[in-house]
Amino acid sequence: MLSYIARRLVQTVPVMLIVAVFVFLMLRIGPNDPASILAGDNANAEQVAAIRQNLGLDRPLLSQLFVWLGAILTGDFGESFFFKKQVSALILDRLEPTFMLALCTIVLAVVVAVPLGVIAAMRRGSLIDRLVMGFSVMGFSVPVFVIGYALIYVFAIKLNWLPVQGYSRLADGLPAFLRSIALPSMTLAIIYVALLARMTRTSVLEVLGEDYIRTAYSRGLTPLQVLVRHALPNAAVPIVTVIGLGVALLIGGVVVTESVFAIPGLGRLTVDAVLARDFPTIQAIILLFSFVYVMVNLVIDIAYTFFDPRIRY
Amino acid sequence: MADVLAVDRLTVALPPGSDRDHAVEDVSLKVGAGEIVCVVGESGSGKSVTAFTVMGLLPREVKPVGGSILLEGEELLSATPRRMRELRGARMAMIFQEPMTALNPVKTIGDQIEETLTVHTNMSSAERRARALETVEAVHLPDPQRILNAYPHQLSGGQRQRAMIAGALVLDPALLIADEPTTALDVTTQAQILKLVAELRARRGTGVLFITHDFGVVAEIAHRVVVMQKGRVVEQGPADDVLNRPQHSYTQMLIGAVPSLTPPARAPLDASPVVLQTKNLCKTYASGGLFQKKHVTRAAQNVTIDVRRGETVGIVGESGSGKSTVARCVARLIDPTSGEIAIDGVDYAKASERVLRPQRKRMQIVFQDPYRSLNPRRTVARSLIEAPVNFGMGEQAALSRARDLLALVGLSPSALDRYPHQFSGGQRQRICIARALMVEPEVLIADEAVSALDVSVQAQVLKLLDDVRARFHLALLFITHDLRVAAQICDRIVVMQKGTVVEQGATAEIFAAPQHPYTKALFAAAPGKHIGSKVTA
Repeated sequence: MLSYIARRLVQTVPVMLIVAVFVFLMLRIGPNDPASILAGDNANAEQVAAIRQNLGLDRPLLSQLFVWLGAILTGDFGESFFFKKQVSALILDRLEPTFMLALCTIVLAVVVAVPLGVIAAMRRGSLIDRLVMGFSVMGFSVPVFVIGYALIYVFAIKLNWLPVQGYSRLADGLPAFLRSIALPSMTLAIIYVALLARMTRTSVLEVLGEDYIRTAYSRGLTPLQVLVRHALPNAAVPIVTVIGLGVALLIGGVVVTESVFAIPGLGRLTVDAVLARDFPTIQAIILLFSFVYVMVNLVIDIAYTFFDPRIRY
Repeated sequence: MADVLAVDRLTVALPPGSDRDHAVEDVSLKVGAGEIVCVVGESGSGKSVTAFTVMGLLPREVKPVGGSILLEGEELLSATPRRMRELRGARMAMIFQEPMTALNPVKTIGDQIEETLTVHTNMSSAERRARALETVEAVHLPDPQRILNAYPHQLSGGQRQRAMIAGALVLDPALLIADEPTTALDVTTQAQILKLVAELRARRGTGVLFITHDFGVVAEIAHRVVVMQKGRVVEQGPADDVLNRPQHSYTQMLIGAVPSLTPPARAPLDASPVVLQTKNLCKTYASGGLFQKKHVTRAAQNVTIDVRRGETVGIVGESGSGKSTVARCVARLIDPTSGEIAIDGVDYAKASERVLRPQRKRMQIVFQDPYRSLNPRRTVARSLIEAPVNFGMGEQAALSRARDLLALVGLSPSALDRYPHQFSGGQRQRICIARALMVEPEVLIADEAVSALDVSVQAQVLKLLDDVRARFHLALLFITHDLRVAAQICDRIVVMQKGTVVEQGATAEIFAAPQHPYTKALFAAAPGKHIGSKVTA
């Protein structure tokens, strides 16, 4: 097991390297010139050239790449072109809102979706089942920003229960934090509830048809005991897989949601950095997202062994 | 002898739109304490429905509509769900066909045995553990402590079935219902499990309702036999009477269809040329690699066999013996690791797909499960003509050949436009045989081709295989785990164990005087040796 984890960690190095080189080249191959954006509309050619030289963008591509990679190895992600701050400080500052948004979304989605899916499976073909499945089709189909504005309209503007926008840090008190994170995480959670409820239903239905469920009934267990002791532990692996995939999908959702709710997180930072062609920031964020994705996958794979004793590495 | 179970005129309705109104009609049977009653019948006879009705485990759509079921004098059909739960696991218990799927894969054997105790008693966890250990010992599982902590996938099929039995008997139920408990097991394991059931019954006085389709098993353990056909009991009585002096024509037919373990005399084929030959055929699977320790499985080792024109050679062995691996290598569905496979002296063991293609015409295969080996979305005609058209035959010519072959296998030409689901298992296997014959092969491989069929259908399909072998002078390579079938159809037999050939020779000689200890053990384990009749003679 430990050797498996070590092996997987070693494998992340080439993955990250490929991502790094790919992002670096993509940014520079395209018609992106951070210097002219920084210089503004009224600057002349000399001024733009000076800025370009200042940023090191006039140097050969390979030399830029190796300087950047070398700096990363020492933990230096460079200075943002646009914000004029260390990229690492910039990201650290924006980490909390995004992390909390992702966490609340996943927790909310799991807490709502798994019971919904289980009930739908147990009452297959009933009204509840059809409602859950109908809702899940809707959850897939409606774009995140539409859901976001609709929730703002109802809960913030009409009912006036929750703030319209903005983010209150955890350090500023739990109630304020929860009020500020409620609408964004609900918005983002809906698509995961749809996905997870569906997956849970399918997975539980499949397990309920297995022979060992019949064996469990033959021992005199109640339907609830059969569900909790036998069905759910076996249905867990596919559900956990979908939760893991969900974390990956979340990265895209976070960008939109943070824009809708004006949350100063990594999603917003990504949008700002892209608009300003802020190369060091974009590169660092994408590296971070890739790393998180690889780690989530590792955690999911390890979680399998917890749910299914047949899976051993 | 007090009756543990008394089923009286039980009728169970099927949901509207089924092929018949009642799954079970007017069924009466009794099981006394310490008595083993075998319910025998083919698929669709209602034997399993009867068992599940007693346990109260029928699917929601299937409902008992008449009669009564008394368990130790208590009516079950009118019992509340709560009372049924109290009885299940405590007074009546059940074991199932597939010990792999009937145990929860993510829970230890100990947890699953103890669960019954948790539900029905107030025992402390130490008491439960002690009782589980005691029960696991009673079913003769080796190293009981380790078994309790093991997961199902860490045990062999026989061990799993023993663990199932332990779980069923942990509270000493009055009635044990066994639904085909040995059907999925190898013959030597089956013999052990049958012995165990008989022993536990004698020691604990448990009444056993034993569902099976296998008359060999019946002959081995039954005190009384109940024969069912299409939901009705057609005959019942003491085992000796039913097996040796069957009264009802259906029982007579069923027993008559069981192939005998005594091979019929077959004309020698020494003059016939060898068509198919393997030499030192090996297939190994390697797992692991750079980081992990390499693990090599030898599925087949140095297998050397030959099959003459017009000859049937049987490869017999238990699961894991490598018999199917050999079949698949010969058909080149998998690539052998080393060795030679030749038809008419042309070695194609390592041939590339391009060289191999024309060779594929010469060897065709029929698989075990006729339900899964025909594409459900294709008409029979399209399934049949696919291969010959691929090899360049005109569509009309292929269709006319398909018509002829269907007639040969006993189906009407109207079958051409129908889909596989419109046929029974036996009919589908006939279609599969016709499909294999479409390209005029020289070698026909039958991989457990009759194992999934009911015994009466099995006899017909065996006869058909033997007929087409004779008519087309085919070299027939017949893979089976069933010694009875092998005895009846094979000219020669190859016995395999753990990937190697341990013995081969003429069928009559091997059955009369097996040499290798494994062959002897295999024969000794065959249940109900004296019953059965000759199929092809």
